Amino acid sequence: MSFPWAKHYEPKAPLMRWLDEKLPLPRLVYNSIGAGYPVPRNLNYAWNFGVLAGFCLVLQIVTGVILAMHYAANAGVAFDSVEHIMRDVNWGWLLRYAHANGASFFFVVIYIHIFRGFFYSSYKAPREMVWLLGVVIFLLMMATAFMGYVLPWGQMSFWGAKVITGLFGAIPLVGESIQVWLLGGYAPDNAALNRFFSLHFLLPFVIAGVVILHIWALHIPGSSNPTGVEVKSESDTIPFHPYYTAKDGFGLGVALILYFTFVFYLPNALGHADNYIPANPLSTPAHIVPEWYFWPFYAILRAFTADFILPAKLWGVLAMFAAILVWFFLPWLDKSPVRSGHYRPLFRKFFWFGLIPAMLVLFYCGGAAAEEPYVMISQIATAYYFLHFLVILPIISSIEKPEPLPFSITEAVLGTDTQAVLSDNTTPAN
Amino acid sequence: MTRLIGILVGLGFTFVVLLAFVMGAFTWATEEVAETAEHAFHKPAEPLKLASNGPFGKFDRQQLQRGYQVYKEVCAACHSMHLLSFRNLTEIGYSEAQVKAEAASWTVPGIDPNTGEANTRPGIPTDRFPSPYPNETAARAANNNANPPDLSLITKARPHGPEYLHSLLTGYQEQPAELLEKFPEAKTGVGLYYNPYFANLNIAMPPPLSTDGQVTYADGTEATINQMSTDVTAFLVWTAEPTLEKRNQTGWPVLGFLIFATVLAWFAKKQVWADLKPRKQKT
Ligand code: HEC
Ligand code: HEM
Repeated sequence: MSFPWAKHYEPKAPLMRWLDEKLPLPRLVYNSIGAGYPVPRNLNYAWNFGVLAGFCLVLQIVTGVILAMHYAANAGVAFDSVEHIMRDVNWGWLLRYAHANGASFFFVVIYIHIFRGFFYSSYKAPREMVWLLGVVIFLLMMATAFMGYVLPWGQMSFWGAKVITGLFGAIPLVGESIQVWLLGGYAPDNAALNRFFSLHFLLPFVIAGVVILHIWALHIPGSSNPTGVEVKSESDTIPFHPYYTAKDGFGLGVALILYFTFVFYLPNALGHADNYIPANPLSTPAHIVPEWYFWPFYAILRAFTADFILPAKLWGVLAMFAAILVWFFLPWLDKSPVRSGHYRPLFRKFFWFGLIPAMLVLFYCGGAAAEEPYVMISQIATAYYFLHFLVILPIISSIEKPEPLPFSITEAVLGTDTQAVLSDNTTPAN
Repeated sequence: MTRLIGILVGLGFTFVVLLAFVMGAFTWATEEVAETAEHAFHKPAEPLKLASNGPFGKFDRQQLQRGYQVYKEVCAACHSMHLLSFRNLTEIGYSEAQVKAEAASWTVPGIDPNTGEANTRPGIPTDRFPSPYPNETAARAANNNANPPDLSLITKARPHGPEYLHSLLTGYQEQPAELLEKFPEAKTGVGLYYNPYFANLNIAMPPPLSTDGQVTYADGTEATINQMSTDVTAFLVWTAEPTLEKRNQTGWPVLGFLIFATVLAWFAKKQVWADLKPRKQKT
């Protein structure tokens, strides 16, 4: 793990020496987020979002565990127990708004973290495992957030659960049985609410476990950086502490200001008014929409409106899952030896003028009503989405001529690197 | 190999979704979407100024008390408010003694201590506000088969809730002739009332505030329809989130501290990074 020039942990205080002998926890911290972990010196604020995501996870677990002390997972009382938290529990309103907006904030952070990965091709060797574990985390996060949204047992909770579990009904032959099995009944009710609560409590800890693997896998090659040129010598790196602790600390401050602005002054802006109406199986809301962070995938689901060999609904479900599953294959689809989008003229164009607009359109259409022209627009964006990852990326990675790379991170930062005398700048240095 | 399969799968999805697009576009271009009365005549809620609006918002307790009076004397005939107890009224400026007296003026379901039979008794401060109907069936039977919703959370349970509620209460009117001309089948049915702010234009609630002076305010404020509607809306903003004022007040010190700490963190970061050579232009 780490580079040969990494500083070694040398406990000075007798207590720390004693502890280090028995259980080298301080050493672990020192080597993973302390002065013993050398990191590229040129990381920009896009590299702040992993730490921010870790912060969100802790925040969600802490607020969630306390909320669970007051919440009652029973279809008869769940809605009122949430209002009991809002009204009667000391600072309960703050906990609940912090948790609900914390989920949104977590997804904002994670989307930026993922798109950082797309732009800088962080998914490429030697970080494929970091990326694969990241996609697993994302899937777990989506499951957790979905089940959490069901817990207040409002109208959107109920109908969201019904629609999403209904997707499994599209599977031929066994679909309906799977749906009934998932819900513990023909429609969401107590059985579903109880199991969702149980899993919603469990999954964040599973996520925490996968995050540990994610960071473990990252610390083997170390972080990539905006040039995409791998670390070559000591002058390319600086110790994580104090440099990145200080930089991440500032980033966390900015993020918290934004987050608390929502918690205190726009706490329901990202939610849906219908979820303040108690669940009612007999009254279908006019528009059933999931939370905003599912909108791109919801738009893809609804974009498939035509039967072609398979029923339209099944195509939608397949496409929705495929839209995330393609991320697993990115390291093998994008074969360009250059990582950073800064040095890939074609890739860069498709990223900024293709993927980003398509994603924004999908976000917008997923939240809009399922009527024209939104459906047609989301169909175009969906087509682009699949073309981008599965067709455009593989093709441009073989036809594109990358721009010259700096010899090293040091050269990129300082303008010269004494070791670069004999280097050839046009071949990517790995 | 991965890439070949990838390209095939990608083209497959693209083909199917573009097929759907072509079919959708064809339908869209050739079939006219029938215009509906709801779409043509529904109005978005009008803006409403309340003391509790905005990040510095505070409740106007005098107004909340007037709003409570409107709720009690008008709305409570049909609507429950089960998330609130009488004791909560101390939060809008009533004394404990006043709340006790107020609670006693309501009749709540009780149990006869001698026989165990269900009966009624005067309320006490810890009782919840009672529902006017014993159950939903009774509520529907009395209201043309519509169920008057519980009002505790109503201003959070509708988009732009306060504005919507105020517009709804003041928005009753005759059905426009133009509407009847264009959509004769959309004539307001028996027992329904035309209101352009309601989603389907025809609401089963008879205009609850229909004459000026319907309530005689204890504080002497003139009870116009608009005044009563505004007051009851302000009251229902409070019932939906009694902690709103505390939230507004708590936010500022939290944000102030965070801004201060973030500025410090910025300087700390600059200080820490100062010993690294400055970044030069890429050559
Ligand atoms: C005569 C009984 C009655 C009275 C009095 C009454 N309402 Fe209603 N209210 C109803 C009924 C019935 C409905 C359901 C209407 C429907 O679904 O068409 C309703 C619905 C509502 C709604 C929900 C509208 C929506 O968007 O679904 C609100 C808000 C409301 N009433 C507020 C009030 C307020 C505030 C008052 C007091 C000023 C009041 N009501 C007095 C019977 C009443
Ligand atoms: C709970 C959620 C997550 C946490 C706590 C987390 C944490 C981290 C941390 C601390 C880093 C190092 C700092 C940084 O580069 O930002 C990192 C790097 C990385 N993460 Fe995550 N992550 C999470 C989710 C994800 C997801 C969903 C993906 C992708 C689908 C992902 C992909 C990556 C990649 C590729 C890197 C390496 C970046 C590079 O070095 O260029 N992570 N993660």
